[in-house]
Amino acid sequence: MDSYIETPELREQFETPTQQKETSTLGMWIFLVTEIMFFGGLFLAYTIYRKEFATVFGLASSTLDAAIGAANTAVLICSSFTMVLAVRAAQIGSRKALIVFLILTILLGGIFLGVKAYEWNQKFEEHHVPGPAFYLEGVPPGGQGPAQLFFSLYFTMTGLHALHMLIGEGLMLFLLWHAYARKYTPSYYTPVDIGGLYWHFVDIVWIFLFPLLYLIARHQH
Amino acid sequence: MHEHVDSIKTYTLVFFSLLALTAATTAVAYTDLGPFNIVMALFIAVLKMLLVALFFMHLRHSTILTKVVVGGGMLWLAILLVFSLADFVTRGWLPVPGK
Amino acid sequence: MITEAVQERENYLNTSHGIKSWLLTKDHKRIALLYLHTITFFFFLGGIFATLIRLELLTPKGSLVSADTYSKLFTLHGVIMVFFFLIPSIPATLGNFFLPMMIGAKDLAFPRINLLSWYLLVIGGCFAMYAMLAGGVDTGWTFYVPYSSNYSNTYVIATGLGIFIAGFSSILTGLNFIVTVHRMRAPGMTWFRLPLFVWSNYATALIQVLGTPVIAITLVLLICERTLHIGVFDPARGGDPVLFQHLFWFYSHPAVYIMVLPGLGVISELVSVFAKKPVFGYKVVAFSSVAIAVLGFLVWGHHMFVSGQSVYAGLVFSFLSYFVAIPSAIKVFNWTATLHKGSISYATPMLYAFGFIGLFTVGGLTGLFVACLGVDVHVHDTYFVIAHFHYIMVGGTIMAYLGGLHYWWPKMSGRMYPEAWAKLSALVIYLGFNLTFFPQFILGYLGMPRRYWTYPDEFQVLHVMSTAGASVLAVGYLMPLVYFMWSLRYGRIAGPNPWGATGLEWQTPSPPPAHNFEETPVVTTEAYDYAALAAMEEAKVG
Repeated sequence: MDSYIETPELREQFETPTQQKETSTLGMWIFLVTEIMFFGGLFLAYTIYRKEFATVFGLASSTLDAAIGAANTAVLICSSFTMVLAVRAAQIGSRKALIVFLILTILLGGIFLGVKAYEWNQKFEEHHVPGPAFYLEGVPPGGQGPAQLFFSLYFTMTGLHALHMLIGEGLMLFLLWHAYARKYTPSYYTPVDIGGLYWHFVDIVWIFLFPLLYLIARHQH
Repeated sequence: MHEHVDSIKTYTLVFFSLLALTAATTAVAYTDLGPFNIVMALFIAVLKMLLVALFFMHLRHSTILTKVVVGGGMLWLAILLVFSLADFVTRGWLPVPGK
Repeated sequence: MITEAVQERENYLNTSHGIKSWLLTKDHKRIALLYLHTITFFFFLGGIFATLIRLELLTPKGSLVSADTYSKLFTLHGVIMVFFFLIPSIPATLGNFFLPMMIGAKDLAFPRINLLSWYLLVIGGCFAMYAMLAGGVDTGWTFYVPYSSNYSNTYVIATGLGIFIAGFSSILTGLNFIVTVHRMRAPGMTWFRLPLFVWSNYATALIQVLGTPVIAITLVLLICERTLHIGVFDPARGGDPVLFQHLFWFYSHPAVYIMVLPGLGVISELVSVFAKKPVFGYKVVAFSSVAIAVLGFLVWGHHMFVSGQSVYAGLVFSFLSYFVAIPSAIKVFNWTATLHKGSISYATPMLYAFGFIGLFTVGGLTGLFVACLGVDVHVHDTYFVIAHFHYIMVGGTIMAYLGGLHYWWPKMSGRMYPEAWAKLSALVIYLGFNLTFFPQFILGYLGMPRRYWTYPDEFQVLHVMSTAGASVLAVGYLMPLVYFMWSLRYGRIAGPNPWGATGLEWQTPSPPPAHNFEETPVVTTEAYDYAALAAMEEAKVG
């Protein structure tokens, strides 16, 4: 017992590598459930205020660039594609492919974040950042407050998402480093697997954010 | 938990489906479906979520426990949303004595 | 000679030395002790605030502190007791120590995350302490907007950050426990052979994982509201302060079950071993734990009956609140049935169990009073509510915690505590508790509001009784602090199973070895099988 030397593949507390992998995977899924509830609070606020201020939210939403939003969504979907291919490469032991796909994932994630930064800057220049300098054209009287509410939610939700993307980029870099250092084999690639789960989850959050924030009332504006 | 290695073909199909659905949701947003716009938007988003979860996150090969965990998470989000909305939607339905 | 042999035997306490071996440990037992020190500190800190509150309330007019300071006292009392003592208490100490042992595992599923959880609690606590020392926070532990977002000039953000960080400690502990119970049970340890303490901690872990993230995002929104004025709770922008309350109570109601469920699990263990009988209706009690966890998420609006929430929603929440009492009541009935024709011993842990059953029942029944919408309109924000939740949290959880601490002390330390002193302090605590909090039911019913620093003269007698009780209670709590420490050096050496209990943790030496079991146990008996235990003991001797 005390003389057991633990490896990353089989830590002390486990009986078999399979038990360890199943345990790690279950742990990551439960963590993702906590993330669902974490973002959930924001989705609740969004739901209530969109229902309350439908017209203003529709107007405000239409000042976002749907084409850029859709393109950025596509970028993120591409990164999920490269991520799952990275996991597959790890599964079959292709170290080079794993490295390539991780790099692509990181690059695509970086593009997404760069586009978001551009969009945020646009909002700042258009005076759509909530605060004393805020003004949204075309809004009915008394609507500046709710319009700011839309953008508060926009910045909070996409900001929290972007923070998770940043953390994801960090995780990917870590995986890339370990992949380069030959730490992953077909019998031990759990970190890549669960890193992938995290990445896909952040993608799913965006899959909801895009239509809810960008496409509220496009047919009207 | 999956020993099963999915084919690149499967992943590519899912990938293109996701792109197509993104285009679809954008296009649908520009057509006037009245109250069904939001329904379509959520429906497509849920479809995309299922594709990512089942295929990219390997949920279809996972244990029942994992599926219960994911289902539980969705259910709990629904509880948060529905029970809170039960307040906001029903304000004014029942009179408060004295008001 | 026997003493020397015990001292020499390798166990989790002496297997390595030095501060690094504790601060960087992965051993769930050591982490449990790290937590024990931390939450004990926070308990007495929260107690100091309670003392100041009760001293101020001796007189109808303000005497000791200003009104603003009084607001800070009750806020800090609540914040520290809820987030830094009660929520971690049983799971992080007794749960951490014994859950792996009870299921026959070497450790939790994620030992390093377990250590991280402790550090997060400490770091969160540092933020809260900073807020406290820098000037305090005066919003009430419930942080209602718009006062906390727009008007309070106190350290709301620092406190909020502290709670946020401590929340992640709770989430990770819950995650660890869930995965451990699913994946790390020894061969033969089926779900329905698990000790009920494990079921309770498992159900608690479900709440921690599903609920805590919501208060996390609520605190984020509060901090954004306060710093960036995002307007999400601000009526001037179209925001709704009641949204804050929904988000806050979605977690904070289930949180009270985080605080009491593990206690219910401890009582199941104590009632069984000190009646020498299996718990009556094992499966029902196990399912009740999960039922409490689930139903607890459906009732939060009962904190908001008078907030402006829709009357319709109030009716729904009131109705559902009655249901959540049922599984708790089932447990009380089943414990009573367990005692029936049992061979009852009145050791200290059992005294705490008896105290718990009586006081928890009062707390639970008064919960039904406040669940009634009409009654709550009158008693909301009065001392009736304060008495209700202190009966559960102090009369319930803290009694269960102390009972568990006494029960498992020989296993953790290898020493017995002094029984006579322990019995005395249990009695002192019981009497002090009732003198403190029963008058508060009456005060509240008569209309004494909570969080008030002054009151009409006619309430003074009851307040004086309550403060007198609090001083007795304080003595009662200090006694175990003293004699537990005394016992570490002078206590009688304990054997592996001083109580004759079933459960895998009692099959190991006291204190246990670092890796818990020499070899992974194979479980063949049901839970609480005293006959099998007796047979096994005979086989050893014979």
